[in-house]
Amino acid sequence: MEHARETTLTVNGTRVTRRIEPRVHLVDFLRDELGLTGSHIGCEHGVCGACTVRVNGEIVRGCLMLAVQADGCSVETIEGLSDSKELAPLQRAFHEHNALQCGFCTPGMLMAAQDLVRAGGRPSRERIRAHISGNYCRCTGYQAIVDAIEEVVNGPR
Amino acid sequence: MPEAFELAARPGARILAGGQSLIPSLNMRLATPELLVDITGLRELASIARTANGLRIGALVTHAILERSPEVAEDIPLLAQAAAEVAHPAIRNRGTLGGSLALADPAAEYPACALALEATIVLAGPRGERRVPASRFFQGLFETDIQPGELLIAAEFPRADRSVFLELARRHGDYAIVGIAAVESKGARRFAYCGVGATPVLAAGASRATTLDAALQALRQDLHPVADLYHSAATKLHLAGVLLSRAWNTLAKPH
Repeated sequence: MEHARETTLTVNGTRVTRRIEPRVHLVDFLRDELGLTGSHIGCEHGVCGACTVRVNGEIVRGCLMLAVQADGCSVETIEGLSDSKELAPLQRAFHEHNALQCGFCTPGMLMAAQDLVRAGGRPSRERIRAHISGNYCRCTGYQAIVDAIEEVVNGPR
Repeated sequence: MPEAFELAARPGARILAGGQSLIPSLNMRLATPELLVDITGLRELASIARTANGLRIGALVTHAILERSPEVAEDIPLLAQAAAEVAHPAIRNRGTLGGSLALADPAAEYPACALALEATIVLAGPRGERRVPASRFFQGLFETDIQPGELLIAAEFPRADRSVFLELARRHGDYAIVGIAAVESKGARRFAYCGVGATPVLAAGASRATTLDAALQALRQDLHPVADLYHSAATKLHLAGVLLSRAWNTLAKPH
């Protein structure tokens, strides 16, 4: 453990201090060390979006950031945003529109979609598609996901 | 900064900025540095400042900031357009201008923008600052003029009268098959490409041409793309011509 660095971050509102090896990715730290397994690990090189988390209010890839780089940062995960009910409208819309099948991509998809909801405005379907273009879903074909997000950003049709 | 210079000069050291290219290559064991020097704490490298003829943009300015900065939109809109083509929102929140320029991926957007705009790359090291024109900075495949112990701290982009960035990719956010940074200033055009060689490539003949037909003819001598996994050299050359036509017509539109 000669390289381990003491790292303090806030995860879903709770301050956490751990000694972390620099090689550990943020998403592995959240899953393995803190047991927050809602952030999924898919491709591990930034393509699939399953590991999307929020750092200091902005969505990032949990597999493209080292946990030690989150020192002093506020990290929010799918667990935190579910518990706070911030995601409740999107979760309800995903449920109602059948916007998931296996559910593997869903946590990352919700994190990316909520980023668009928070930006405000009434984005077009094209803009919604562009915003979730970095989140792969291999089940649904995206149509229902875009429907669900559109309903939340624009209100029911 | 002095601490960063000292660490960066050590054997096997790699600079870590946004990490959106370096960390994937670590994940895939394509890079195995002895030491990672995380420079993201050097907040003085994260600013955008007006200069006499354009903008000086710090190395740590992210794609997301370039995309939404009012100064960039007003003075160097080419960069804001290019930033929107870089990967996806979650990656644009961390990836940086300096990281992209320093890595010099031949498919990356900013190196072509820097070449088209005749930007100046600002390097700093223990012996002070060095300013390198973009045309001399990109030297080969992932190869630049950065010397051991030096950091790319900023790039200076002069304003152009008109500009447009276009690229073709298989899916939104993928690496460009071919991309073009097109600039017009005082009646002179410059077309620089990404994705058609080991470095960004200035299409010198096409840039001198006075008609689109002549430019398309010249492009065949300017570019010698090599095939990638999915596209033959002929396809890439064809697509480069498609982008040249679109860029030419965009620059020619009345404003």
